[in-house]
Amino acid sequence: MSSTILLWAISISQSFLAIAMALAVYRMFIGPRAQDRVLGLDTLYVNAMLLLVTFGIRSGRTIYFEASLVIALLGFVATVALAKFLMRGEVIE
Amino acid sequence: MTDQIDQFPVWAAIAVSAFLVLGSTLALIGAIGLARFTTFYERIHAPTLGTSWGAGGIVMASMIFFTISESRIVIHEILIGIFVTVTTPVTLMLLARAALHRDRAENNPVLGKAAKSAAGSTDGAVEER
Repeated sequence: MSSTILLWAISISQSFLAIAMALAVYRMFIGPRAQDRVLGLDTLYVNAMLLLVTFGIRSGRTIYFEASLVIALLGFVATVALAKFLMRGEVIE
Repeated sequence: MTDQIDQFPVWAAIAVSAFLVLGSTLALIGAIGLARFTTFYERIHAPTLGTSWGAGGIVMASMIFFTISESRIVIHEILIGIFVTVTTPVTLMLLARAALHRDRAENNPVLGKAAKSAAGSTDGAVEER
């Protein structure tokens, strides 16, 4: 009973997050300007991080938590560096 | 996983499923808004749905699931929630400022009349100096 509910909910959640990642990739490819592409990349890594958390619930292991934490840290640094580059034309002045 | 989940109580399964579906639905709505809005300044609001309640709901579901299945308190996922909540406003503010800087520098028609006239006045001040 409860395993059926959980499996259905996890499958629905994973497919929704995968569609969200596909939409972010679509915006990243067609985005008319550079800031649209950076915003698509930001959304993409947030959704990938959430997808890894749902993988952790599905398998019952905690290794996925560490992977998603690393993705969150590196994605934040990448977006800040790209925004700085768009603003000034260079990352380290 | 199945033998571990078979003695999972039904109310906890329903709570975990509700949080999972709520969080992923909000993330999907944010991504649809990102793909469908017309200007950048509308688009930058949409993914915050996914980073506020999307991340919150999925992290909450993970915390409830591991707390029940390991029968001890497991709340290390809250690190992800706190980190995403703290860093998303910073990145979006930097990105919006960069986009505004670029649009003003090019005198882009995406901006409204007020912002353009403000940019024009600062340009004039720069020229006067």
